[in-house]
Amino acid sequence: MAKEKANSGPLARRPDNSAFKQQRLPAWSPMLTANTVLPFFYCMAVLCMLLGVWLLVTVQNTQELKLDYTEAGTCNACFAKRENASNALQPCNCTVVFPIEKAFKGNVFFYYGLRNFHQNLRRYMDSRDDAQMVGRKKNLKSPSTYCEPFEKDENGLPIAPCGAVANSIFNDSFTLVYHGSKGSTIHVPLYRSGLTWYTDKNIKYRNPKFVVGALQEYPNAFAGTAKPLYWHKPVYELDPHNPDNNGFINEDLIVWMREAAFPNFKKLYGILNRVSEPFTEGLPVGNYSIEISYNFPVQYFRGRKEVVLTTVTWFGGQNHFLPIAYLVTGGLILLLAVILTVIWWKFGKDGKNMKE
Amino acid sequence: MFRKRPPPEEERRVRANDREYNEKFQYASNCIMTSKYNIITFLPVNLFEQFQEVANTYFLFLLILQLIPQISSLSWFTTIVPLALVLSITAVKDATDDYFRHKSDNQVNNRQSQVLIRGSLQNEKWMNVRVGDIIKLENNQFVAADLLLLSSTEPHGLCYIETAELDGETNMKVRQSVSVTSELGDPNNLATFDGEVVCEPPNNKLDRFCGTLYWRDSKYGLTNQNMLLRGCVLRNTEACYGLVIFAGPDTKLMQNSGRTKFKRTSIDRLMNTLVLWIFGFLVCMGVILAVGNAVWEREVGSLFQSYLPWDPPVDNFLFSAFLSFWSYVIILNTVVPISLYVSVEVIRLGHSYFINWDRQMFCSQFNTAAEARTTTLNEELGQVEYIFSDKTGTLTQNIMSFNKCSINGQAYGEVTDPLEPPPKRLDFTPFNPLADPDFCFYDDTLLESVKVGDLHTHEFFRLLSLCHTVMSEEKSEGELVYKAQSPDEGALVTAARNFGFVFRSRTPGTITITEMGRPVTYTLLAILDFNNIRKRMSVIVRNPEGRIRLYCKGADTLLFERLHPCNQELMNITSDHLNEYAADGLRTLALAYRDLSEEEWEAWSESHRCAGKATDCREDRLAAAYEQIEQDMMLLGATAIEDKLQEGVPETIAILSLANIKIWVLTGDKQETAVNIGYSCKMLTDDMTEVFIISGHTVQSVRQELRRARERMIEVSRGRDGGKEGGVEGWEGACYNGNGFGGGQAGATGGGGGGEKQLQCPPPPGTPPPPPPPSPPPPLPPLPPQPPSTLMDNISGEFALVINGHSLAHALEADMEAEFVLTACACKAVICCRVTPLQKALVVELIKKHKKAVTLAIGDGANDVSMIKSAHIGVGISGQEGIQAVLASDYSFSQFRFLQRLLLVHGRWSYLRMCRFLCYFFYKNFAFTMVHFWFGFFCGFSAQTVYDQYFITLYNIVYTSLPVLAMGIFDQDVPEQRSLEYPKLYEPGQLNLLFNKREFFICIAQGIYTSVVLFFVPYAVLSDATQSTGEPLADYQTFAVTTATALVIVVSVQIALDTGFWTVINHVFVWGSLGCYFTIMFAMHSQTLFIIFPNQFHFVGSAQSTLLQPVVWLTIALATVICIVPVLAFRFLKLDLKPQLSDTVRYTQLVRQKKRKPVGRSMGGVRGGVGSVSEGRLGARGSSRRSGYAFAHQEGFGELITSGKNMRLSSLALATFASRHSSSWIDTLRKKKHAHTHTPPSASGECSPAPSYVSGSVPPLSTSSSVLGGSQDTPVEEGTHTPPVQSAQVDPVPSTHTPPPSAPASEAACVDVVSPTSVRCPGGDSPGGWTLSLGMVQEALFGWKGIAARTSGSSSPGPPSVAKETSNTE
Repeated sequence: MAKEKANSGPLARRPDNSAFKQQRLPAWSPMLTANTVLPFFYCMAVLCMLLGVWLLVTVQNTQELKLDYTEAGTCNACFAKRENASNALQPCNCTVVFPIEKAFKGNVFFYYGLRNFHQNLRRYMDSRDDAQMVGRKKNLKSPSTYCEPFEKDENGLPIAPCGAVANSIFNDSFTLVYHGSKGSTIHVPLYRSGLTWYTDKNIKYRNPKFVVGALQEYPNAFAGTAKPLYWHKPVYELDPHNPDNNGFINEDLIVWMREAAFPNFKKLYGILNRVSEPFTEGLPVGNYSIEISYNFPVQYFRGRKEVVLTTVTWFGGQNHFLPIAYLVTGGLILLLAVILTVIWWKFGKDGKNMKE
Repeated sequence: MFRKRPPPEEERRVRANDREYNEKFQYASNCIMTSKYNIITFLPVNLFEQFQEVANTYFLFLLILQLIPQISSLSWFTTIVPLALVLSITAVKDATDDYFRHKSDNQVNNRQSQVLIRGSLQNEKWMNVRVGDIIKLENNQFVAADLLLLSSTEPHGLCYIETAELDGETNMKVRQSVSVTSELGDPNNLATFDGEVVCEPPNNKLDRFCGTLYWRDSKYGLTNQNMLLRGCVLRNTEACYGLVIFAGPDTKLMQNSGRTKFKRTSIDRLMNTLVLWIFGFLVCMGVILAVGNAVWEREVGSLFQSYLPWDPPVDNFLFSAFLSFWSYVIILNTVVPISLYVSVEVIRLGHSYFINWDRQMFCSQFNTAAEARTTTLNEELGQVEYIFSDKTGTLTQNIMSFNKCSINGQAYGEVTDPLEPPPKRLDFTPFNPLADPDFCFYDDTLLESVKVGDLHTHEFFRLLSLCHTVMSEEKSEGELVYKAQSPDEGALVTAARNFGFVFRSRTPGTITITEMGRPVTYTLLAILDFNNIRKRMSVIVRNPEGRIRLYCKGADTLLFERLHPCNQELMNITSDHLNEYAADGLRTLALAYRDLSEEEWEAWSESHRCAGKATDCREDRLAAAYEQIEQDMMLLGATAIEDKLQEGVPETIAILSLANIKIWVLTGDKQETAVNIGYSCKMLTDDMTEVFIISGHTVQSVRQELRRARERMIEVSRGRDGGKEGGVEGWEGACYNGNGFGGGQAGATGGGGGGEKQLQCPPPPGTPPPPPPPSPPPPLPPLPPQPPSTLMDNISGEFALVINGHSLAHALEADMEAEFVLTACACKAVICCRVTPLQKALVVELIKKHKKAVTLAIGDGANDVSMIKSAHIGVGISGQEGIQAVLASDYSFSQFRFLQRLLLVHGRWSYLRMCRFLCYFFYKNFAFTMVHFWFGFFCGFSAQTVYDQYFITLYNIVYTSLPVLAMGIFDQDVPEQRSLEYPKLYEPGQLNLLFNKREFFICIAQGIYTSVVLFFVPYAVLSDATQSTGEPLADYQTFAVTTATALVIVVSVQIALDTGFWTVINHVFVWGSLGCYFTIMFAMHSQTLFIIFPNQFHFVGSAQSTLLQPVVWLTIALATVICIVPVLAFRFLKLDLKPQLSDTVRYTQLVRQKKRKPVGRSMGGVRGGVGSVSEGRLGARGSSRRSGYAFAHQEGFGELITSGKNMRLSSLALATFASRHSSSWIDTLRKKKHAHTHTPPSASGECSPAPSYVSGSVPPLSTSSSVLGGSQDTPVEEGTHTPPVQSAQVDPVPSTHTPPPSAPASEAACVDVVSPTSVRCPGGDSPGGWTLSLGMVQEALFGWKGIAARTSGSSSPGPPSVAKETSNTE
């Protein structure tokens, strides 16, 4: 406790007279008085309402289009086909047609959405091997036990990428077609890259090391591994168009691997490429169709599939909850503030004790 | 600790000097071990103990659960890190504690004592002393074990011990060895001693010992008189030898110390209950979620199996649900985080350090700071309702000082005027070379009076120097040391010494004093010893001129009855003085003398000797004999001794009782002393409605007295509550109100005041004084139905209860205790006197049992140990009497007055802080954990956590622990000086307002509300939101980061709201925690860690991509506002509409209004005695106060002195030498009585214990004159022998002290008296008749006034107090 002091007088063991030890540290003791609380409430109310109004105005400028294609258009045939697991390898294409009545201005984002698909189950989320996905040879060959039962195929070959998450990858593909006013059909160009977080693309997912430029570089890198059970093609052939978008750094894979927090979610599929007419300003008004390579079965879990087209503002896509919540909160605070003011005015004791 | 205990002993056999023989019995050695561990056993035993804590086991269980992969919803380290932290902190603490125990054990065990081994004395450590050893003790040494005293250097095998450590009594006690062993003397003889003692097995009865010594074929009975108990200190004895009977743990001291109980605070207990409830809640949530899981797995999960098949052991949804239950138990266990217990301990530790560091609780006199010896009870200090205090050494310093005196109606002594500078201390040295330099007296008029040779003053001090049982020791010429049996006697003799009447030495038959420089030797004819009933002692001495005089000092109530009637006037004046003294809390004695003629003396001594020799009822006969001679005495004056209180005691008690703390004094002292101290420390006041004294000796009488007291209380409080319009009652009340304590105040205020009073409440003319409300007639009416306790709780009026040890023993019996508690708790102050250490503990236990109140026991001696241990909080006063109490205590400091600071400042703050801490802690954990519950509904009840596992690990121990710790340690609602100014601020603690079940539920509700907001707001916002670059925000990691950040911010804002005292540290911790959160989060989400452990840190990049999104911040802000605004509004309303006192004080502080008068300080007091007050009670109280008889000593010393037993030959020789030159008369006397004179030493040898008269000077034959004859003569002789006194009385003496009207009245009374006195003589033929006639005298004296008072007085212990009568006269 008290340090041994050199002097051994009668006060040798007297505690130090420091503000800390004597509990006399200078301090600020705030108190909830009417002078502070009421103005704070009014300020908060005004602030929330202003923010709400601003957000609401912003949100009004965004556009969103949701299209459930599970059984829509010609897809009901595919839907029926996918009901039977034995048909899994048979391709099925279908088309869904829809109009856009108001032009989508600016960047347009193309999402696929799933409903009632639980990416957030604990065992599902655990069923992956990030060490494998970052390209560690060791984990490539012997994936984590968390991946079970999607760890090894029936031949005992390690699966890459292992685990339930990768195994259940969403494998529908879409082509958006614009039906121009003159009956022309234009394939809407979509960026299929830049869909991921920077850190995911550049840090979290790496391919196993291989000699760049060597023959069959990818297959070599993944030699000795098997493709996931439900996959049609191995991981190094995911993108036939862009050889650099293969292996673990395939953007669709990365997007899928970022598990959704809730059973209903959407994931980014592509971004409108605005280099050529008529899409420089976004998506013009007109009829569109989506050609779908319908692979992902949703019947098993009573799920739905949808595509979402949306434009964004500075704070993201269309989201009505936030501005409304702010407006409501602001309103309630204002109400509360008024009530408190009245109570304080009428009954307030101003800190005085009743007994006196 | 696993040592096998031998079967309980039935009897103990000990053979001296025979270790082999004694070893057979395997008696405990003298080694004392209070420590729990050694180096090897520490780890296993400590871990074993720690895992006996339910919480620790629970977390171990969780840890095991987490190791099962199918269940593990969290990584193992989320539990093991905190658990390891907790276990190691506790282990370190235990280790330190045990280290200190080892140290203190070692210190005690290694004390040296001299043991007789094989005929020679050898130094041995205490721990090596064995039963059966003979050890030598020297003066002022502690007794090492319970010893049978064998021999001593003092004559007759006597030795003196101080038992303060043992029973708290500071007076010395005598022990005597069995006569056969006392002759053994030196070590050589003792080495051959081979007696065998057979005695009772070890027990805890301090005052009883029963055994037999077998030696040389004879048996000798052994009693407690032969025993020296461990813990005593040898005093005034050069050395003694003892045989070890009980050692170490078997000693009475250790047997009495009781087992150490682990003390828990009420908050602890509440916390444990709440934790259990929370466990129940946890299980409920687990069940709900498990059911949810079952349903979900059946409805959805089974369909989802193609993507996620069940784990191998799971084959149906029910099993899955079962596993999910355990998984959720793991996740949700953070509602009761292990850090709760650690944090609580840390906070308490902090508070303990603040107590240790408090300079205002540092006593420079003893150089001791306050010490919190237990660190787990601090908040309980803020809830104390009952304080049990020892008296001696705790309330008082146990220093007696001769403070004031009244000699022949003239008062001397300092006039305490606080305004004037203190008068100079008198310097006695020029006047008297023998003066004691340490003696303090300030009034030089007394010294002047001695110097001018005032006869009364001389006689006064002569009495003081003669009438006592003090022994003196004169090491060298003039260097006197008095060995007084009680400090008050010492003070009186020292006072006489300084005023020129120096007691030099005594022999069994003489007392030599130096009177004004002239040595005078008096023949000591008899000592009429003190006892509790007599409350006085007398000596009969013959002065060198041959005149025989009886000097008497004693309690005024008893003495005044025995005065010669013509002392009336002086008696009135003196009793006024006595009242003044008593009002100051001084211990008073009245002094008187009586001249005896030779015939009288001889007649009496004969009857005395008869009485002494009587075989039956010796005591009674002796008392009667004493009674007979102690009559018709002439009053000299009175002394007032201050039993010095510790500094600040009355103030402390006043403040504590304003804080609604009830103070009970439990003392081993006598009733008078205790009551006296009660008054002087303002526990008992004149404003008290009534003071009840319970001193019955039987169960029945105690019960009756208790009931009577209660009836009185109800009666009074009814009278008080009900209308008291006019009438007799009203008159009485007013009268009483004006005059709180009978004559005391009247005397103090002087004549004018008396006149005024008379105007205020004139007795109804012509009518007899109002009949006092009948104090219940002796045969109790059939018991009224037990007053409902609510009635007793609402008793208005201030009562006090004084209960005696023997009555207490009955009151503590099972069927009585409820009654006792009921009565005692309705009183404002309770004083228990003559209580044993065990009773102290029982009283404390009683209150603990019957009242759900926190008790605190404070004491300084070993006799307080049991009480200190059994109270919720034990406080030891250090630096005075030894360290037993301190060692047993939870807190120690050296001054009673520090108690107010300990309770009102430290305790209050501790309680407040702990409550705020707990509220916040439960809140933050519910807010944190319940989010998982809500998430369960969205993640298929799969026990997926909302947060990153590192966040879960660190949330409680890093992100949120420090701010709440800072609040728990540093928070202050009002500054310290305010809590002393407004003792009422202490009340919330006693009423347990700040943290109780209700508060808990509010916290929980708030926590759940917060968790709802924290989950659903991000859910609603994020499920649809995207980044501005289009990537959805609804991914799990973003959601986790958002929620976690919102949570940390919300709880930080909440702690900011809760913190009432923002020191630098709070700022650093609050902001630091927030900073820490972001830093750690970014670190955990950094690529460096990910690259090293990709599977452990898969949140890589989440922090940056999430926290860069405005939506996320908007969400967090929204959640924070929604969480905080209602709380803010609620608190504001509470503060605005129902402010607590602390809020008000704080507000005042804030607004800096002018400081108001302390609240409640002046409450009570003034209302005095409205309602009816029994006159008789009043009288009784007066007398009980007045007889603050200043003796703490026991009976029997007179006998020792007169038998010469306790005198050494050397000192006798010295005494004779000293007296030789001046006292040749004594020789002549001796020659005269030659045939019958024994030389004192030889006489003492076979002296029977009985008569304490001196055989040497007793007339040889009893004359035929009866007892009565002697007393018949007395008045006549008195008349002739005391003209100066008479004249002094007739003089209109110090008229300033006597109200003019009373003087003639008493003079008239004095004249009046003559006739009854003369009438009395033939009538009174027995002591009983004598007293009766005395009563008649008094009636005659005060007849016109006193009848009513006397009737009621008959129920009170004492005869009607003179004070009362005089006040009526006025």
